[in-house]
Amino acid sequence: MTGWAMALFQRDLRLSIRVGGSALVGVLFFLAVVTVIPFGVGPDLNLLARIGPAILWIGALLATLLGLDRLFQADRDDGTLDLMLMAGRPMELVVLIKCLAHWIATGLPLVIAAPLLAIFLNIDPIAMGAVTLTLLVGTPALTLIGAIGASLTVSLRRGGLLLAVLVIPLAIPVLIFGVSAADAAIHDPVPFLTPFLILCALSLIAAVIGPVASAAALRFTAD
Amino acid sequence: MAFWDYANPTRFLKLVQVLLPWLVGLCVIFFAAGLYMSFFMAPEDYQQGNTVRIMYIHVPAAWLSMMCYSVMALSSIGTLVWKHPLADVSAKSAAPIGAAFTFMALVTGSLWGKPMWGTYWVWDARLTSVLVLLIMYLGLMTLWRTMEDPIKAGKAAAVLTLVGALNLPVIKFSVDWWNTLHQPASVVRMDGPTIHPDILWPLMVMATAFTLFFFVIHLMAMRNEIMRRRVRALRLRAAASSHPGTAAATAQPAE
Amino acid sequence: MDFGSHAGFIFASYGLCLLTILALIAWVRFDKAHQDRSLRELAEQGITRARPENESKNAR
Repeated sequence: MTGWAMALFQRDLRLSIRVGGSALVGVLFFLAVVTVIPFGVGPDLNLLARIGPAILWIGALLATLLGLDRLFQADRDDGTLDLMLMAGRPMELVVLIKCLAHWIATGLPLVIAAPLLAIFLNIDPIAMGAVTLTLLVGTPALTLIGAIGASLTVSLRRGGLLLAVLVIPLAIPVLIFGVSAADAAIHDPVPFLTPFLILCALSLIAAVIGPVASAAALRFTAD
Repeated sequence: MAFWDYANPTRFLKLVQVLLPWLVGLCVIFFAAGLYMSFFMAPEDYQQGNTVRIMYIHVPAAWLSMMCYSVMALSSIGTLVWKHPLADVSAKSAAPIGAAFTFMALVTGSLWGKPMWGTYWVWDARLTSVLVLLIMYLGLMTLWRTMEDPIKAGKAAAVLTLVGALNLPVIKFSVDWWNTLHQPASVVRMDGPTIHPDILWPLMVMATAFTLFFFVIHLMAMRNEIMRRRVRALRLRAAASSHPGTAAATAQPAE
Repeated sequence: MDFGSHAGFIFASYGLCLLTILALIAWVRFDKAHQDRSLRELAEQGITRARPENESKNAR
């Protein structure tokens, strides 16, 4: 990694972990969502074990969406984004690095919290590992797809809600294959590897489409 | 060459003026023929009875919900690559029409499903993907509405439309996969090459009528959009000339 | 002619389609009337597109 990329990565990571950042709020939100679901569907442990992977995935999706408007907003407010656009570095790479830092600050804590929350939902150890693995592979895709929505709504004052509406349809494939892979590990209608490999493929595709589209959108909103 | 000639909105409006009466006439003729054929000429289906007549509006509406998105995707390429001045006008005015046709496809599909499946809604692969398509249309319309400057809104919406166009096949594939995983195919299938000519002909005529209707409404909506932008430009100019002190702030509201 | 026991569903779907189509037509007509009125009001205030050669950017 070249010098400027490393510097940008470290800066973004430090900003999101510091007091003003909102990295840990996402995990708290994740915990709140998972806590509230049993109040809705009842405390039946068998039912919770069956829908547990889905709850964890939907919780992770919502927590990711909640943090996404922080991806470019602060940088736009203080003018850093304009400097980055004018710096002559490839904007796609800048977006990719920002997404990586954002994922480490907000996505990775969700993945780490998932096994703990799985205990609440009575998920057995194999499924616990499977859900954590799918979240590890799948949440970067959510961040990268979300970057498109974040860059489109960055110039709007209250873009957070619109961002979620724009991103959710695009995130449906990730959700489907993430939950399917986790389910496949518990009761196997299909082997675990089939949906899991498709999930990996979706993440890789998102790593291409996300930064390219997001960089294009940022360039258009700037000029 | 003709493509670029109509980059001039005034020339485009003249073309619309000439074209519209013919399109409206053709559209009415095709609708009359299509409705007559689908109600009085098409036979009953031996399995589904008369409910098969819903197909003559359901399938064209579903086809147009796809075609409308393709028109928007092509227009978005026109906006981003060639910066054709009418491309974002076309994309913006196609979105509500596409949403209307998608809504139509969903409602007729659901009304067709009640006698066939026993419920108004099943999480069938095709119904679900059409629902996702409707959400995407509504999201795009919201994005258009929230941005003040039409040029910037056009570019943002074009990026989202193209990302959506890349994603739609993936969504379709994953919904199909999810569906076969969760429920075995128990749905009456109406597609495929086994369709009988007596059913196919009314279907084709109705599809043509719907397509013509789309172009009529699309051209009229584009004309409205061009006029809306003229009104906006004139208002901005009037405001700039009457309050010279605040002119700089008014003329570039999106900055 | 007879449409059997499901006539209600058939007519409901055709009726809803008709309503949607009418709504689209109404939207386009009202929008046009609105824009026409705005242009006329602006013209009454003396604001027109009278300078098309040097103000061609405002044509959009």
